[in-house]
Amino acid sequence: MADFSSAPRSFQEIILRLQSYWADKGCAILQPYDMEVGAGTFHPATTLRSLGTKAWAAAYVQPSRRPTDGRYGENPNRLQHYYQYQVIIKPSPPDMQELYLGSLAAIGIDASLHDIRFVEDDWESPTLGAWGLGWEVWCDGMEVSQFTYFQQVGGHDCRPVSGELTYGLERLAMYVLGAEHVMDMPFNAPDAPIALSYGDIFRQTEEEYSRHNFDGADTAQLLRHFEDAEAECQRLLDFPALDPKSGKTIIMAHPAYDQTIKASHLFNLLDARGVISVTERQAYIGRVRALAKKCADAFRLTEAGKDAEVVA
Amino acid sequence: MAHLLIELFSEEIPARMQVRAREDLKTLVTNGLVEAGLTYAGAGAHSTPRRLTLAIEGLSAQSAATVEERKGPATTAPDAALEGFLRSTGLGRDQLEIRDDKKGQVYFAVIKKEGRPAAPIIAEVLEHTIRTFPWPKSMRWGSGNLRWVRPLHSILCLLTDEAGSEVVPLTVDGIASGNTTAGHRFLAPARFSVTSFDDYTAKLKRAFVMLDSAEREATIWQGAQNLAFAAGMEVVEDRALLAEVAGLVEHPVPLMGRIDAGFLGLPPEVLQTSMREHQKFFSARNPKTGRIEGFITVANTQPSDHGAVILKGNQKVLTARLSDARFFWENDLRVAKAGMGEWLDALDSVTFHNKLGSQKARIDRIAALAREIAPMVGADADTAEQAAKVAKADLRSAMVGEFPELQGLMGMYYAREAGLPEAVALAARDHYSPLGPTDAVPTEPVSVAVALADKIDTLTGFWAIDEKPTGSKDPFALRRAALGVIRLVLGNGVRVEAQEVLRGCFERRHSIEMLALSESIKARTIADLVAGRQTEAEVKLALESNEWVHQYDFMEASSAIPDSVDEGTLAAAEQIADSFVSHEGGKRWRWEVMPKLHDLLSFFHDRLKVFLKDQGIRPDVIEACLAMPNNDDLTLLVKRAEALASFLKTDDGTNLLQGAKRAANILAQAEAKDGVEYSFGADIKFAETDSERALFAALDAADAKIAPAMAGEDFAAAMTAMAALRAPIDAFFTDVQVNADSEILRRNRLNLLHRIRALCAGVADFSKLEG
Repeated sequence: MADFSSAPRSFQEIILRLQSYWADKGCAILQPYDMEVGAGTFHPATTLRSLGTKAWAAAYVQPSRRPTDGRYGENPNRLQHYYQYQVIIKPSPPDMQELYLGSLAAIGIDASLHDIRFVEDDWESPTLGAWGLGWEVWCDGMEVSQFTYFQQVGGHDCRPVSGELTYGLERLAMYVLGAEHVMDMPFNAPDAPIALSYGDIFRQTEEEYSRHNFDGADTAQLLRHFEDAEAECQRLLDFPALDPKSGKTIIMAHPAYDQTIKASHLFNLLDARGVISVTERQAYIGRVRALAKKCADAFRLTEAGKDAEVVA
Repeated sequence: MAHLLIELFSEEIPARMQVRAREDLKTLVTNGLVEAGLTYAGAGAHSTPRRLTLAIEGLSAQSAATVEERKGPATTAPDAALEGFLRSTGLGRDQLEIRDDKKGQVYFAVIKKEGRPAAPIIAEVLEHTIRTFPWPKSMRWGSGNLRWVRPLHSILCLLTDEAGSEVVPLTVDGIASGNTTAGHRFLAPARFSVTSFDDYTAKLKRAFVMLDSAEREATIWQGAQNLAFAAGMEVVEDRALLAEVAGLVEHPVPLMGRIDAGFLGLPPEVLQTSMREHQKFFSARNPKTGRIEGFITVANTQPSDHGAVILKGNQKVLTARLSDARFFWENDLRVAKAGMGEWLDALDSVTFHNKLGSQKARIDRIAALAREIAPMVGADADTAEQAAKVAKADLRSAMVGEFPELQGLMGMYYAREAGLPEAVALAARDHYSPLGPTDAVPTEPVSVAVALADKIDTLTGFWAIDEKPTGSKDPFALRRAALGVIRLVLGNGVRVEAQEVLRGCFERRHSIEMLALSESIKARTIADLVAGRQTEAEVKLALESNEWVHQYDFMEASSAIPDSVDEGTLAAAEQIADSFVSHEGGKRWRWEVMPKLHDLLSFFHDRLKVFLKDQGIRPDVIEACLAMPNNDDLTLLVKRAEALASFLKTDDGTNLLQGAKRAANILAQAEAKDGVEYSFGADIKFAETDSERALFAALDAADAKIAPAMAGEDFAAAMTAMAALRAPIDAFFTDVQVNADSEILRRNRLNLLHRIRALCAGVADFSKLEG
């Protein structure tokens, strides 16, 4: 186990400590999903793997994009691209809260000095057809994590229930490192030969993507791509389960789900471009949700997602 | 006698659910125990974020034995009857007794139930309570199936008597009961065992848990006041926040900080709302400046550094939050100073309701209505219209987007910044009022006009699209809107013929619909004629057969008219559309719109009845007044009802009512028998007795007083004049027989009774009154 006794000094050290902590607690440390997502929950390791009865424990960093939150790198707390740390354990262990508090200690949040609180916050993702009960966790009045017991995903009851933790890494790290502006936060060790701040790495991209999200993205094309992703998702799910080439049953739940992720991100971009009216919004969200549900239905028929045989 | 201690220990229970949950726990468990035959002396329930606790004192050690006797069928009855009886009692034939009855020998069942010890009863009741607990929202966790508000970790269930204490054994979904609990999550997390409720509270206290929420509230409030006092400030009272914060902590430690000077220019309500909503902070006011300058946060721990780190962290979060608020405020001010036009334009694209159009369309309707209502409430029509136009502009402001509860209030600030008259600013703030049955009613005339217009537009709109409240469902808060109208009208003594105002709203809506219908028929007809799909005659026929009306209704009128149409076709289409719509419009007005108007009026009357009943006016009194003309003038109606109610409380009133009713009954019987209405021509010359003559005189005198009193709406004076009739009417019925042998005398007396009936009917419908 790594040495957590001293305070972390950089953004990446906080990530490394979380990785090390959760690895030590038995989670599979996965890598980020290779698609544009709005939050760590969209990673199939959470969305799809929270379905079915098979036990699961994973942790990973997920780069996340919220096009409407772009502030050209100027706002001290807001980014259109940021990192979430995600932990998902199924079934949720009885000491999930203690495990979580241990992870805070690992990144230097000492419970004898800080005020840590579990404040009611029910989580709901209308695009994923998912909801759960839990809290936002406050440290000295600041929300540092979201803690959720999944009850439903893609319209399916979660049995058993997964426990999900989401850490907003920039915000958490800024607090731990005492940074006033996200761009000023040290990314690697401040005394490294080439010390890099968060801004050294992301200020320019925040500018570029802010302009892209608000003004650059071609809305006609985005609309077309949305339709395409929607159609493609359906088309993939319409294949017969039996693959004639391999002779196996292969349901393309994950490739279809990729299209759901794509549609969701395209919707977020369209939203940032301001071309979706209030009434249309609900309709678009409903369309993405319909895809998510179909993928969840499909995943439940696969090896990883089906219910274990009940031994009488 | 025994004492029972129950603790259900879980992960953090939402603060807002705790009070209800502990009461539910008490009710469900004590009811269950009593139903099972136990008795108890007292019960107290407690809650902290992590536990629900119930302590029951003086519980009986076992349920009382009971004996129930049931009479069965006669011994001679068929076997089937006996079998049924055996089934229902659960006894065998040889367990029955045979007793002599009046009609012979009869089976009797004597069912004895032994008393049961308390422990198994408690176990059953508690398990049932846990499994059926009425949480507003509950969840599963892990692999289990049990539902609780958050994962349930332990059940403490301890029965204590003189001999000592014993765990009541039960297991719910793998959680076995015990005698242990845990202290504060961070300060004393170890589990420990307890022997009684006193032991439990004492050990919890040592483990940094204050069990009693009232004690936590007092500690927070006292601590907050001390901190504020030491800083020369005062805490802004907030009961709801206090209760919520007490539900977030087991070991409250208030800490105080100051708000950066850079934020003190924000409206105090913004500071307060941001701090309360986002961070559960109390606000501290500097009495010298009247501004909110400090905050109090309540930690749930005893930090080793006296809270320096915690306070610094909270301060930082506050700075970030208030920076956002200041950003919103400054951006909003730019739009406000420019006249708020940007927001008003944007409201065009906000849908109010898909059948009632955009917010902009709604605001235009409210503005027109406010203008119409203005003279009735003593407001300047131009100002009222102007106020209605901007009153909802703040809905598009960034601040209201962030804090919806500041709607209206921000409108006031922004209207001032826009340089609008103060009456307009106040109307922006107050036009949503009154919201509840007890909050203040606006009195500023412009505010009253806009508040009324807002609510009346909502009501007529939802009535027009058939979205009225049903049963417990009232998603658009229409009952509240109607009560708001009633309180605004009564509170300001507004004289308005409600029916006319409502009719105006329905009329405007109707004529817009008919115009749209006419346009779409015209467009469709032109398209058909130009394309040669139909002849004029065919279009007319289709319209008359009503076949296409629905299609025409949904046509996009403007886009469908071709650019070049010859005048003849245009005129023909116009003529077809006009003649159809004038006919169709009349039909819809009569059969669809008017019934809605009347229905809405009676909805108002129903709300008024509820409102006046709460004020102590009997429903029958209101009915008696509702039956009178001009009942849509709510102020007049209530004035009448109040006078009548107080009249009926007097001795003269109740007696007069009886006399009037007697007169009306005699008349009704005679009229039914004779088939005529006695309504005219009572003549004093046929009066035989002094009592009769006295009644004539009294009625003349009363008539002379009542008519002008009624004309001046002085109901109290009218009632006083009526009171003078009591003695003559009583004397008349004592001395005079109405149904005299002489037909002339009888008719004259009946006609005299009619004068009583008519006189009363001029004040209220006495037949609706009870007693």
